[in-house]
Amino acid sequence: MGEKIMVKGTEAIGEAAIRAGCTVYFGYPITPQSELTEYMARRMPQEGRVFLQAESEVSTVNMMYGASSVGVRVMTSTSSPGFSLMQEGISYMANARLPAVFVDVVRGGPGLGDIQPSQGDYFQVVKGGGHGDYRLPVYSPSSLQEAVKLTIHAFDVADKYRTPVVIFADGMLGQMMEPVEFPDPVDLSTLPSKDDWALTGARGRKARYVTSFNIDPYELEKMNLVLQETYRKVEAEEKKWEEFMTEDAEVIIVAHGTVGRIVKSTVKMAREKGIKAGLFRPVSLYPFPYERLSELAEKVDIVMTVEMSAGQMLEDVKLAVLGKARTPFYGRLAGVIPTPAEILEALMKEIRR
Amino acid sequence: MSEQVKDAILLASMPKSLSGKEFTYCPGCHHGIVHRLIAELIDEFGLKEKTLLVAPVGCSVFAYEFFDVDGTVAAHGRALAVATGMKRARPDMFVLTYQGDGDLAAIGTAETIHAANRGERITTVFINNAVYGMTGGQMAPTTLLGMKTTTSPYGRDPKREGYPIHIMEIMKALPGVAYAERVKVSKPQDVPKAKMAIKKAFYAQLLDVGFGIVEVLSTCPTNWGMDPVEAGKWLDENMVKEFPLGVYVDKVTEVMKEKGVK
Repeated sequence: MGEKIMVKGTEAIGEAAIRAGCTVYFGYPITPQSELTEYMARRMPQEGRVFLQAESEVSTVNMMYGASSVGVRVMTSTSSPGFSLMQEGISYMANARLPAVFVDVVRGGPGLGDIQPSQGDYFQVVKGGGHGDYRLPVYSPSSLQEAVKLTIHAFDVADKYRTPVVIFADGMLGQMMEPVEFPDPVDLSTLPSKDDWALTGARGRKARYVTSFNIDPYELEKMNLVLQETYRKVEAEEKKWEEFMTEDAEVIIVAHGTVGRIVKSTVKMAREKGIKAGLFRPVSLYPFPYERLSELAEKVDIVMTVEMSAGQMLEDVKLAVLGKARTPFYGRLAGVIPTPAEILEALMKEIRR
Repeated sequence: MSEQVKDAILLASMPKSLSGKEFTYCPGCHHGIVHRLIAELIDEFGLKEKTLLVAPVGCSVFAYEFFDVDGTVAAHGRALAVATGMKRARPDMFVLTYQGDGDLAAIGTAETIHAANRGERITTVFINNAVYGMTGGQMAPTTLLGMKTTTSPYGRDPKREGYPIHIMEIMKALPGVAYAERVKVSKPQDVPKAKMAIKKAFYAQLLDVGFGIVEVLSTCPTNWGMDPVEAGKWLDENMVKEFPLGVYVDKVTEVMKEKGVK
C-alpha cells in the first residue's frame, strides 16, 4: 500500500482501474465524466497500454466486446445518455459471457437532461436496460476510497463470473476531491487465465468462438441457463452493504452511493433530537442485500428510502421489507442534491404521521 | 498419378481453414466462393492459428462456423468496432471481418468509416448483393435505382429512397485506407482476380500499411427471383454499371515492392 494522496473522483477510479490491470480503455467524451477519459488518455500510454477514443458509445461497447473476447481486462466510463447507447452491446456481452467494467457517472435525465448528479439510472443499470434475460453486478460507492476498492473488485468479479460489471457513480463522486490510498498495481501474470474460453488463435486446439447467438432455441435456452446459474452464484456470494447506527435503530433510512453519505449526517442530526435513526446502505445494487434489510425491517416501523430519483431503488426496498414496515420515499430529481436537513424534515413528517 | 491429377486434387480439396461444415447458402449465392478464397489465403499465408474472424448479422452470420478459426458474431453493423477492440488488444493477431451491404453500409456506416479512417490494421471482405438476404429481400443501401425489393415494391425511386451508396468511392477519401478494390466472382475468370484483391487486403494488414477492404459484387438469386445463371448475368449487366470494378486505393503494392514481397 502506498501513501495517501489527494485525488479527484474520476482520477481515483481511473488509477484504480490501471492498478487492477485494465489493459485496454475505450471511451467517448461526455460530461460529467470526461476527466476520467482524459486521465486514461494520459496514463494508459505511460503504462504501455491501450487508450482509444471511439466514434460513439455504440462503437465503444463493441470495441470492449472485441477486446474482452481476446481475454484482456477492459473498461469504459460514460454518463447516462452514453450508457443508454451501450445497452445493445451490454446485452450481447452478457450472453457471450464477456467480462468488462463499465463506469456510469449518472446525471440528470431523462433525455439530454442536465449534467448534475443523479441516481435516475437505477432501473437501467440494475434491472438491465438491454434486451433479454441478463443481470449485471452493480456497485455504488459513497467515497473515493470505496470507489477505488470497488473498481478493483469489479474487475475481479467480472473475470470470476464472466460478466460485465457496473460501477454506479454520480457527478458528485466524480468531481469531489479526497485523500485516497491506492493498492500496489496487480501483477498481470497473476490474473486468472482465460485460456479456456478467450479467442487466442486456434493453436494446438480446436477453433472456438464466443457469441451471444444460437439459432436453435433449445441450445440458446442452455446458454440462458448457464447465465441464470451464474446469477444465482452472484446472489449467494456477492452481496455488499454498510450499516450505520442500525443496532438500536427505530427508523431505518435506505440510501446508496453519495446519498448514503448525506444520510449519515441526517442520522446524526436525528439522534441529536432523540430519534434513533440508522442507515442501511446497499453497496451492491445487484445483487441487492434483501435478506439483511428484511431482518432489520422486523424491528422498526419505518424504512424510508432516499434517492436522487423518483423512487427506483424503492422497489427493491419494498421487496425486502415485504410490508413489515412502512416504506415512505423522499427523493430529489433532475440533478438536485438533497440536504441532510431536508431529509430529516421528510423523516420527521413520516414519524408524526 | 499424373501431375495434372495431383493439381486437380489440390484444387478440388477443401482448404484447411474451412471447418467442413456444409454451407447453408442458397444455390448460386456467391458467399461460398468468397469463403473459399478467404480460406485458401489464410492457408497460403499460414495464418490459421493467428486469425480472428468477425462474422456479421445477415446471411453470413454463420461464417464463423464455416471457417476453422477463432471467431465471433458481432451485433448488426458493429463488426469493425469489435474487430478494432480485438486488434488493439492483440496487435499480433490477424483480424478479419466479413460483412454484407446492410451491415457495413447502412447500420454500420459510422463503424466502417471510422475504422477505415483510423487505418485499423484489419482486413474486411464486403459482400454487396444489393439486397437484405437474411430477412427476406428488403431494400439495401446498395439497391439499384428502379430495383424492386419487398420494401421498395414499386422500384427504388431516388426521390423517395435516395441513391445506391458507393463504399469504395468513399474509401478513396479516407487516408487510413491502404487497399480498396471492387471485384466480382460471377465468371470463372473473375475468381483469381478477386483472390488477388483479397490477398492485397491481407497484405494491407500484414505489412502494417493500413485498412484493407475488398467489395465483392454478389448475387442473391433467391431474393432477386432468378435462377443462378440469370442472376450472374443480371449482376454483369446491371451491378457493374452502377458499381464500377477496379482498384480504388492501393498503398500496398509499393510497400510489397520495398519489402521484396511478391
